[in-house]
Amino acid sequence: MADSTKDPPPGCADLQELEDAEELFPEPALTVKTEPSASEPASLPAEDISTNSNGPKQDLLFDEDPEDLFAEATEEVSLDSPERDLLLSDGPSPAITPITPPTSVITPCIGHAHDDMFTHSSFDEIEEEEGGDLFDMNISVSDPEKVGDGMNAYMAYKVTTKTSMSVFKRTEFSVKRRFSDFLGLHSKLASKYLHVGYIVPPAPEKSIVGMTKVKVGKEDQSSNEFVEKRRSALERYLMRTVKHPVLLKDPDVLQFLESSDLPRAVSTQALSSAGLLRMVNKAADAVNKMTIKMNESDAWFEEKQQHFENLDVQLRKLHASVESLVCHRKELSVNTAQFAKSAAMLGNSEDHTALSRALSQLAEVEEKIDQLHQDQANADFYLFSELLGDYVRLITAVKGVFDHRMKTWQKWQDSQMLLQKKREAEAKLQFTNKPDKLQQAKDEIKELEGKVQQGERDFEQISKTIRKEVSRFEKDRVKDFKTIIIKYLESLVQTQQQLIKYWEAFLPEAKAIS
Amino acid sequence: MRSVSVDLNNDASLLIDIPDALCERDKVKFTVHTKTTLSTFQKPEFSVPRQHEDFIWLHDTLVETEDYAGLIIPPAPPKPDFESPREKMHKLGEGEATMTKEEYAKMKQELEAEYLAVFKKTVQVHEIFLQRLSSHPMLSKDRNFQIFLEYDQDLSVRRKNAKEMFGGFFKNMVKSADEVLISGIKEVDDFFEQEKTFLLDYYSKIKDSTAKAEKMTRSHKNIADDYIHISATLNSISADDSTKVEGRVASDQELKLTELLRYYMRDIQAAKDLLYRRARALADYENSNKALDKARLKSKDIPQAEEHQQQCLHKFDKLSESGKRELTGFKGRRVVAFRKNLIEMAELEIKHAKVSNIMTGSHAERYSYFGTWSGDIYFN
Repeated sequence: MADSTKDPPPGCADLQELEDAEELFPEPALTVKTEPSASEPASLPAEDISTNSNGPKQDLLFDEDPEDLFAEATEEVSLDSPERDLLLSDGPSPAITPITPPTSVITPCIGHAHDDMFTHSSFDEIEEEEGGDLFDMNISVSDPEKVGDGMNAYMAYKVTTKTSMSVFKRTEFSVKRRFSDFLGLHSKLASKYLHVGYIVPPAPEKSIVGMTKVKVGKEDQSSNEFVEKRRSALERYLMRTVKHPVLLKDPDVLQFLESSDLPRAVSTQALSSAGLLRMVNKAADAVNKMTIKMNESDAWFEEKQQHFENLDVQLRKLHASVESLVCHRKELSVNTAQFAKSAAMLGNSEDHTALSRALSQLAEVEEKIDQLHQDQANADFYLFSELLGDYVRLITAVKGVFDHRMKTWQKWQDSQMLLQKKREAEAKLQFTNKPDKLQQAKDEIKELEGKVQQGERDFEQISKTIRKEVSRFEKDRVKDFKTIIIKYLESLVQTQQQLIKYWEAFLPEAKAIS
Repeated sequence: MRSVSVDLNNDASLLIDIPDALCERDKVKFTVHTKTTLSTFQKPEFSVPRQHEDFIWLHDTLVETEDYAGLIIPPAPPKPDFESPREKMHKLGEGEATMTKEEYAKMKQELEAEYLAVFKKTVQVHEIFLQRLSSHPMLSKDRNFQIFLEYDQDLSVRRKNAKEMFGGFFKNMVKSADEVLISGIKEVDDFFEQEKTFLLDYYSKIKDSTAKAEKMTRSHKNIADDYIHISATLNSISADDSTKVEGRVASDQELKLTELLRYYMRDIQAAKDLLYRRARALADYENSNKALDKARLKSKDIPQAEEHQQQCLHKFDKLSESGKRELTGFKGRRVVAFRKNLIEMAELEIKHAKVSNIMTGSHAERYSYFGTWSGDIYFN
């Protein structure tokens, strides 16, 4: 969008130049990067000076590290500073002249497309060049432990972080957290970052049924499966959250990972007043969404929204198919086990010895195959199905971010319309003899003008953020899927190899029947 | 595809096969082709169209022939059942709107393959029935069998009319009473005692195995269908081929294992029928003995009673003798058939697993090279 044409509002520029001076150091490292990495840490837009954000101001703590690109997060910069534009050379606006040496890979084209032109290896290079702090973190969620009894019981999980990043005080540490802590973390992050355009990874879903079973103390396979499913989901959630360069630096995230005590997040309970309020808000949002008709001047957003709508449909469909696959494979495993038993009995009643032996062998083979099927079903599920579920939820978050942009636009338009009205009213007042009223009108207009400008800035800020977020998201998505699918295919191959082994062992038995 | 029985049809004097068949809605028309050197037939080579009902008629006629009471009559071929694929086709048609074109085409392809498999199966089963008859020393000479092969007009005149069908139904009810009879009768012959125990037990086991095997193959089919949906949605090559392989494993397993079990289930039923007939003969004989004793007591109608008793004894002996022969032959046949089928099944499983492995492996490779790039194609 036409970022570079606006002048920075008078007040901010000084502050900026001070901070920007620091940033100029890492610039050479920055500039060698190609477009997609511009969406990586270097391109952190500053936090908006909007009402709810308390995150970024606290980041001033990390200002002292000049090498740390994350220091950019401390900028309370307005979108329009030219230096900023140079740093954050973003895709589509040709007016921006990036301080980048001509690298063949840079193409100022839209969103995700240029992600795909790079082979995997160049991505790796990019990530290493990010200066100071490589993303090196590994979070594991383990040791689910039931704490307490009865309906007040809960599962406590151990969250272990292993990292070499400078933002942490230690290299390895662990804490105990319960599910509502995760939900609390997400709700805090969502309230801080969603409305300015960051794609905050959604937390795993609540499950009243599943948890009740665990609470009641049912130690059966289904509740074990439930706990394992949840543990795995929590782990993925945390990893996704910290992979986001802005969220990683959020004090709530750091507190979650590091401090041994965490205030209990009560507002996450399903039936609490906060929960009900959330539901009401969601409904209101849905209605609003339908009524906002935005003049989309940027084709990129329209295209992206369409893209995500399609992706959403496809992923849901795929998820449903994979869930059905898991179900059927489990069925196959059960049926194979039953057949194995039946074949064994048949072998027992067979009076021809060799045939009897062969039938018993067949039964054994089928039993082993049953086990194989079970394992494959697990792979189907944990690799494939859960990933798809995660992404379906993620896409919802992405769509939410687009919706926030619309709301921001609406707010801007509303204040613009209000300004217009006030101006008209003022014009009318000019002809009446009411000086105090006139002054009041003029004051209001001044205030509104500020609001309008702020609204516009907000809108452009969120648009910019979204662009970066989307390209980062797409890059991650492709990588995620690729890794998982390869793993899945490998598991299929392994299963088949085992099958071959089993049947090849059976064949001589069958041949031995005489 | 003689997957179930062992090489019948090697006797050049009477060669029968079903070279083709037509499917018209619910009716299947088989073309029965005969090649013979026997002079009992009018021509050395000829073909006739036959319906499933004609086969049933032939079977029932043979069963009702007294002379064959001591033989295992090959089981009648089951009615062609296109219900399952037809229902699926219907459901597919209803769900067409929710699928992509490619997905729909694939599902349709799978269904058509299933349809074809059912079709092939039914042809095979009917063919084997005829070949069992033609390779049996006594049954091949049966007059009705000859008519079946030769008569170039419609056989429906000779087929069961409603009255006879009712009679058949009644006969089945009597048979289950026989089952009670058979377990009650004291067996005089060790061989038959063993056979009886064995067959009764084996029958229930094989029936169970057949049912379980069918469930297994149904699950396999479901998985194959799922892969079709998944691959269509992924819109890529990797999952694509694996569906074909998975699907084919299901349909081949169907033909091998399940069919083997199903066929022998029916065959064993036929063997059991032989035992019933023999048991009935034994019961008759014992009854005739009692009648003779009564007659002797009353000094009335002794010669008839004696005659009757002799007849019963004679019948019973004949049944026992041929029954022994039949059952021994049956056992041998069964063992050989199982061997052949188990080997073929194992070889098929190995082959498919290897093929599927090669394909999956190559897709994984391809995917890892074109990772990010093709990833986007997949999901757009």
